[in-house]
Amino acid sequence: MSDIAIELRGIDKSFGLVHANKNINLTVRKGTIHGIIGENGAGKSTLMSILYGFYQADNGDIVVDGNTVTIKDPNAAITHGIGMVHQHFMLVENFTVLENVMLGAEDSQILNTSISKARVELKRLEREYALEVDPDALIEELPVGLQQRVEILKALYRKADILILDEPTGVLTPPEADHLFRILGQLKDQGKTIIFITHKLREIMAITDEVSVMRRGEMVATRNTRETSVEELAELMVGRRVLLRVDKGEANPGAVKFSVRNLTVRDGRGVTMVDDVSFDIRAGEIVGIAGVAGNGQSELLEAISGIRKAVSGNVVLNGEAVDVTGHADPAALRTRGLAHVPEDRHHVGLVLKFEESENGILGYHRDKRYLNGVFLNTKAIQADAEEKIKKYDIRPPNPRLKTANFSGGNQQKIVLAREMERNPDVLIIGQPTRGVDVGAIEFIHKRIIEMRDQGKAVLLVSVELDEIRALSDRIIVMFAGRVVGERDPGATEGELGLLMAGVEGRKEAAE
Amino acid sequence: MSNPYAKLPAWAEYGLIPLVNLVVAFLVAGLVVLLVGENPLNAAYHMINGAFGRGEYIGFTLYYATTFIFTGLSVAVAFHAGLFNIGSEGQAYIGGIGVALACLWLDKTMPWFVVFPVAIVGSAAFGALWAFLPGWLQAKRGSHIVITTIMFNFIASSIMVYLLTKVMKPLGSMATQTRTFEAGGQLPKLDWLLSIFGLNVGNAPFNVSFLLALLAAFGVWVLIWRTRFGYEMRTMGHSPSAARYAGISETRITIIVMMISGGLAGMMALNPIMGEQFRMQLDFVQGAGFVGIAVALMGRSHPAGIIPAAILFGMLYQGGAEIAFEMPSISRDMIVIIQGLVILFAGALENMFRPAIGRAFAAIGSRSSAAAQTRGA
Repeated sequence: MSDIAIELRGIDKSFGLVHANKNINLTVRKGTIHGIIGENGAGKSTLMSILYGFYQADNGDIVVDGNTVTIKDPNAAITHGIGMVHQHFMLVENFTVLENVMLGAEDSQILNTSISKARVELKRLEREYALEVDPDALIEELPVGLQQRVEILKALYRKADILILDEPTGVLTPPEADHLFRILGQLKDQGKTIIFITHKLREIMAITDEVSVMRRGEMVATRNTRETSVEELAELMVGRRVLLRVDKGEANPGAVKFSVRNLTVRDGRGVTMVDDVSFDIRAGEIVGIAGVAGNGQSELLEAISGIRKAVSGNVVLNGEAVDVTGHADPAALRTRGLAHVPEDRHHVGLVLKFEESENGILGYHRDKRYLNGVFLNTKAIQADAEEKIKKYDIRPPNPRLKTANFSGGNQQKIVLAREMERNPDVLIIGQPTRGVDVGAIEFIHKRIIEMRDQGKAVLLVSVELDEIRALSDRIIVMFAGRVVGERDPGATEGELGLLMAGVEGRKEAAE
Repeated sequence: MSNPYAKLPAWAEYGLIPLVNLVVAFLVAGLVVLLVGENPLNAAYHMINGAFGRGEYIGFTLYYATTFIFTGLSVAVAFHAGLFNIGSEGQAYIGGIGVALACLWLDKTMPWFVVFPVAIVGSAAFGALWAFLPGWLQAKRGSHIVITTIMFNFIASSIMVYLLTKVMKPLGSMATQTRTFEAGGQLPKLDWLLSIFGLNVGNAPFNVSFLLALLAAFGVWVLIWRTRFGYEMRTMGHSPSAARYAGISETRITIIVMMISGGLAGMMALNPIMGEQFRMQLDFVQGAGFVGIAVALMGRSHPAGIIPAAILFGMLYQGGAEIAFEMPSISRDMIVIIQGLVILFAGALENMFRPAIGRAFAAIGSRSSAAAQTRGA
């Protein structure tokens, strides 16, 4: 027995003209937590998909436990002891935990005998790894943290020795993430090998033994976590030095520019997603809304920007009421000084099949300066796009290129340029740096602070707590559709984490 | 990674891939011809010769193409707004009422160039009306446009049977058609256009509505890519959520786009009614609305693609008739099979050869870059 769990040798993979993995070598030692870090599009997911049998490598070998193996599909991966916990859970929502765990691994045609056997095995696993879950609970009734635990149990049930976790903390509150880290620690102590994929440097530093950095399809370095630093890893990821801290001066809040009172919003199924929310934003301040994804932030943004009808509540923009419960036309709100950078730039903020310049006028296409009567003034649109490309350093600098062909960071810059250059009074920004490379994050953060310093009222919604803390002048925490607390940016992560998990909030409400 | 197929150069995207699809369609069609015991090369000869061999044949091919340009544009316009209008057939049929009314009213007193504009407006208005109802139902009531337009084809068909047996038929006649129009209801042929190329149009009903079709194609291009309304409808077609974000009214776009689409389909009626038969007959559309779907798919919903695609289908119609005439064991239905194969490969299986072609391009690309590197070293 060697002490190497997995070795990848010269893995190469292209999709058409895109070279996603270039001659990748990776050695993962047994019984360690090995981090893989890189920006979006660096090729992490492709590499793991090859290891898990979703894709076949064009070239190269996979060595598991000293034997060269071919992994032609996920079943083959499982036979070789490789299990994967996906970023988006692969669970049947209306099945119980037990049914989900045994799904696809039933060992008999008769369901009953499989179930009783699986129950015994599941109990044993839960005890051995301290992963308690009620086997008869329905998945849809479990919080995400527990759902993730079921995913891990599924892999262990299939006798996985090597666990791949793809961005596992994206959906977790900080306490849930800490809990996950403890579980991973235990699994490691029991001799399991864990490959941990993330783009968050902090997590790498917290739990991994070794870390490999990918950049543009290449494996650029492997380090012992103890011997490296956040700064070094960031530099390796981006290929140049990055400023991780945001420099910002004191805020000078002025008059209230935007105020929300008792806003209640229901989603398409009639579930109340925003519950009696009130807050104000003043000129020259950034108000951050912290919360785990799915606690009503998206619906709040949609309601105040006129995309979704609210059930009740009042919104005042620049001293004038906004008809949020009736017909608040997003186009009319824009002309009244509200700009909105939506959370989902792929489906909402941009039309990916449009040329860059066409996206530069989305929502502002009724503006006279882009029109000649009923016709588009293509020259003006083009010139406008070129100007913004220069100012926001959008690359490649080609306004005729299809938007889908820009990187995530550059796409976000296209949206930001469009919304910020309008000189709005109120700027609403959702997830400004989701799927954006580290280099562009720095630029985007700077622009947001510049907007504040120019006296704009900025509302920032992000699931990245670090981002909220770095940029906000005040932090509002949302949990289950309600505002459960307001803190200043000096609040500790632990304090905010408890609020986000709904623990502190309930206490505060009770008092 | 989300897009495993790399981008191809434009000439491959818009030239090579349709061509490969077409060649495969004809190869499979050749096999079918072989199966019924005929020589496929012979059939191909009759097809090409029958479509382009003489001025008259070309006239017929372009006459059919005129019809398909209108219905192809109709489908394409709706497509850009994300609407799948299956109802061009019925809209064209109802559009015929507008043409017939204009002609019956004015043909005895006015010259064709006065009747023609009235008929254009009439056909477009009736076609638009017939598309307005499904559009309104989708926008306001959420009834899916694919279902409602199919149903409206049947309703249109029944209405026309009623009109042509009870209302618009001259008294004492047994034929289900209007009376024959006088000179004012007859469009002049484009014989001068073919004679520029030294061709004689002969008996072919190739008429001025072909020019109107080309004008409509240009108009559609302007509408889609050069107007604010076109921008809004494309936004909605690509991403309804982005349209909502931009404050674009889905209701308004759906209804207006359907009316434009129906109007274009309705204008198709000018070609057979005023250009060929000089009366409105039962069933004059003859499936052209459905061919329009294939034409729009093959032409990538772009006017510059729709015109050649319409000519291709015109060729299949005219050349196909010629095959059926020359080779008795190949029936008219065989021609429909060939058309079906073209639709299958050019439309439904559009992406079948894309991965292979993409790989070929990648291989050539990497080889040439490798060569460049060795040369550099």
